[in-house]
Amino acid sequence: MDAFRISPSPIDPAALQRSLADPRAGACVAFEGWVRNRNDGQPVRSLEYEAYPVLAEAEGARILAEARVRFELIGAVAVHRVGHLQLGELAVWVGVTAEHRASAFEACRYIIDEAKARLPIWKKEHYTDGATAWINCATRGDHGGAGAMPPA
Amino acid sequence: MLTVDIHYFAILREQRGVSQEKLATAAATPAELYEELRARHGFTLPGNRVRAAVNDAFVDAAAPLRDGDRIVFIPPVAGG
Repeated sequence: MDAFRISPSPIDPAALQRSLADPRAGACVAFEGWVRNRNDGQPVRSLEYEAYPVLAEAEGARILAEARVRFELIGAVAVHRVGHLQLGELAVWVGVTAEHRASAFEACRYIIDEAKARLPIWKKEHYTDGATAWINCATRGDHGGAGAMPPA
Repeated sequence: MLTVDIHYFAILREQRGVSQEKLATAAATPAELYEELRARHGFTLPGNRVRAAVNDAFVDAAAPLRDGDRIVFIPPVAGG
């Protein structure tokens, strides 16, 4: 199966992995992106993800289809969370199956890299001092970076 | 004049203060429309850092707009 989904509720990696079960598969590689407590030297308290769901799912499906052809995958599934996530929460899960491990590793890397570069998904960091910033949206004249807002 | 349906996400939604609006415009392309909106609402992102989608598909910034189009301006993305 191929599926890319935007999810407002927590991701269940075990269920996703079970959905990839296939007797032809000799390798399953999964990537988990977690919310971490620091970015660019700034202490992060939480992350807010927002997506343009219809286009994100369509573009995500294209990425999975590209990976399937390029790496001769058997299955590929990915889910990206939206909403306000706390440290340690699972933000994105990518899983692929293939006959052999080499193509599974490469395909998993391809999918997460393309997803980060292409999907209409945005991330707002909330810092421990109360300030916030939309990542990659900084413009000249900002002080704290990305469209930064001072502490509330 | 065209009437278009504009949807905002992330930093543009916050700077506009709404997530959606209908607007009558003389803009012929997404690039022209973005400049009009940027001047009116003070968006900080320059047009060359924003992509456009029309009716849920990516389009070129110079693509023609049509009456009733649903337009989304896409700030620099940061998934993962």
